[in-house]
Amino acid sequence: MLKYLIPLAIFTVLAVFLGLGLKLKPSEIPSPLIGKPVPVFSAPKLDNPTQNLSAADLKGQVWLLNVWASWCVSCREEHEVLTQFAQQKAVTIIGLNYKDDPAAAKNWLQSLGNPYDISIMDQDGRIGIDWGVYGVPETFVVDKQGIVRYKHTGPVNAEQIQTIFLPWIAKLKAEA
Amino acid sequence: MLKLLLLAVLLVLSPLAAAVDAHQMATPELQNTYESINAELRCLVCQNQTIADSNAELARDLRRQVGEMLTQGKSKQDIINFMTQRYGDFVLYKPPFKGKTTLLWLAPGLFLLSGVVTVFFVVRRRKTAATRVSINTEQQKKVSRLLDEGDGV
Repeated sequence: MLKYLIPLAIFTVLAVFLGLGLKLKPSEIPSPLIGKPVPVFSAPKLDNPTQNLSAADLKGQVWLLNVWASWCVSCREEHEVLTQFAQQKAVTIIGLNYKDDPAAAKNWLQSLGNPYDISIMDQDGRIGIDWGVYGVPETFVVDKQGIVRYKHTGPVNAEQIQTIFLPWIAKLKAEA
Repeated sequence: MLKLLLLAVLLVLSPLAAAVDAHQMATPELQNTYESINAELRCLVCQNQTIADSNAELARDLRRQVGEMLTQGKSKQDIINFMTQRYGDFVLYKPPFKGKTTLLWLAPGLFLLSGVVTVFFVVRRRKTAATRVSINTEQQKKVSRLLDEGDGV
């Protein structure tokens, strides 16, 4: 009896582990930033480089940081969803224009629409490193205290806006 | 045909041309530390390469960051901490030993142990099986008689 049970047990354990393995997404690296204050930054605005925006300017409101670039193919896919979402005016959306050419970036926003309340420039990618950016587009949800609460890697689709982002925004807006 | 052959040869040789641009540090010691840190950090875009091996934009930026921090006099540990604060333990090729990674670190030992235990039991069972075969002389006679009879069939 044991002779048959042991292989069956081994098979079951293996099947469970391999099954779980199938559901893992190795490209999604958990961010150590969750639950921590946003990295200190002060970056020039895309439309007016003489002015800077820093994290302190956004204190007291819930905001999204969307990392994008005009060279990024999946940002284009996400852009339509984001522009539609921006029309709801549900939350402040800050764009971090990552390692991009300002002229190309402006062009992009002009021809495809601008979902961002403010876009800031990170031409040499240093702000990106501080935020742990590794795959554009990425979207962070920040609460009123300036704490990073959620990170999404890769393009956001319409369904995720409804099921992930809107609930987060509602929750964080209700917080003190 | 010749063109195809040339193309194939060039493709095979292309990794040579794509050698990763390396930062030149001020002293050989710094250069050593720089290279050893780069060889321990994972490129997050191409996850099975270190930032020393990778030509990805991000790897280049991270190498620049390592170089700058070393020039500023930061230690290797400072730089490793800087990276893990931003990218998590995943950025390390050699994950630290802690609660979450206990199984990861102990698994090879556990597998070896279970192998040794299995071999031990298998060998012991074979030995007992071998001793059980030894029979007394009376049984021996019976066996040969049965075998002889079997020959007649």
